[in-house]
Amino acid sequence: MAEVRNISVKDVEEAVYKLALEAAYHIPEDVLEAEKRAYEKEKSPVAKQVLETIFQNIEVSAKEEFPLCQDTGLAVIFLEVGQDVHFVDGYLVDAINKGVERAYKDGYLRKSTCHPLTRENYGNNLPAVIHTFVVPGNKVKIIFDAKGGGSESMSKVQMLKPADGRDGIIQTVVDWVIQAGPNPCPPVIVGVGIGGDFERAAVMAKHATLRKVGQPSDDPVLAEMEQEIFEKINNSGIGPAGLGGLTTCLGVHIEMEPCHIATLPLGINIACHVNRHKEIEL
Amino acid sequence: MAEYKLTTPLTDEDIIKLKAGDKVYLSGVVYTARDAAHMRMVKALDEGKELPFDIKGQIIYYVGPSPARPGKPIGSAGPTTSYRMNPFAPRLISLGQKGMIGKGKMSDEVKQACIQYKACYFVSIGGAAAVVGSSVKEAEIIAYPELGPEAVRKLVVEDMPLFVCYDAHGNDLYEMAKKEWANKYNLA
Repeated sequence: MAEVRNISVKDVEEAVYKLALEAAYHIPEDVLEAEKRAYEKEKSPVAKQVLETIFQNIEVSAKEEFPLCQDTGLAVIFLEVGQDVHFVDGYLVDAINKGVERAYKDGYLRKSTCHPLTRENYGNNLPAVIHTFVVPGNKVKIIFDAKGGGSESMSKVQMLKPADGRDGIIQTVVDWVIQAGPNPCPPVIVGVGIGGDFERAAVMAKHATLRKVGQPSDDPVLAEMEQEIFEKINNSGIGPAGLGGLTTCLGVHIEMEPCHIATLPLGINIACHVNRHKEIEL
Repeated sequence: MAEYKLTTPLTDEDIIKLKAGDKVYLSGVVYTARDAAHMRMVKALDEGKELPFDIKGQIIYYVGPSPARPGKPIGSAGPTTSYRMNPFAPRLISLGQKGMIGKGKMSDEVKQACIQYKACYFVSIGGAAAVVGSSVKEAEIIAYPELGPEAVRKLVVEDMPLFVCYDAHGNDLYEMAKKEWANKYNLA
């Protein structure tokens, strides 16, 4: 057992605030590296032009603090809370939301949350979507993911039959990403969640998009599936921005958990080439 | 693939010469509208009311920009995914709209409307919003301000780089590009 540690929710608020701003203007290094690798391999002149525009966008955004994409996303937060942490000075969720609200206001970021039926915009980008996991220790890890609506809309959970197995999973993911085509802003990063139950598959899929791009799964079976899906998607010809080429996805990341004997849940979450996420440990 | 400089409003002649895959640098007035604004505009038409702007010869840019910093006309302003406007675009095209700017696929009904009424669907690079936004020189909210990023804006753009995606002759750049590069890959 670690020693119980007090963490002020004010520190959490400040951390969320900084992560949200950082994510809006600065692409993660591994995403940029993956895009550069793709550029070297790409043979289509139009695709190269699109990737050059993407690099230019990354530069302009960082220099002038213009958000990388006008869709600065829903604030999605993966929170890993050590079980020996004691939060003080207020309620944790309120602090996270306050950090998000302040960042979206101060950073001139787009507020994208609205009433699902009337479509009235709340004007504050709240609430944040928070996934909390309790882990050993007395630290808190905050992963901030600015999730845009375009790629999110091209995501799904499908309950496959156990008999569909490995090949059924691969086929479903490949068909789905190819069908989405230019919509989610390729080159994309494909997150796949296998197993768990209905909602765990979706959470795993989104979490998987945050892994360093192209870093294979530790599980050799999954790593092989990732490679097969990666190649099949890139053989589709869709290309950057859907304008043709060899780079439709930058990486395929799979996470897996045990599931019920009667089910084979499959989550597919797509991140666009502006895959914005930042993390910190308190 | 040809390159053209065009200025709005566009005419039938402007549209007919364009082919899927052509690059266009667009200047002039462009109106912005996305999901909520389209719902309102079509409701206005159903109620026999006028649209918030004269749509003849005009182009609608599917965008919900980020807020402008002081001294700038607009924030980042890349295209949003267009298929969500499928239910509305054919009706507006039938009223004289000459084009849409967005990203991603649209429906067969939209393609048909482009052929029937001589209109084009232009795409720009999704996500490259800081770069695309910098071709916007002026911006003014002209309708539905309460929709925030979804309000209808009148933009003045200069040499906004676009690709012709669906032309008035029934061609589809996405399908053409995908086939070409899938074939090349398999031959390699």
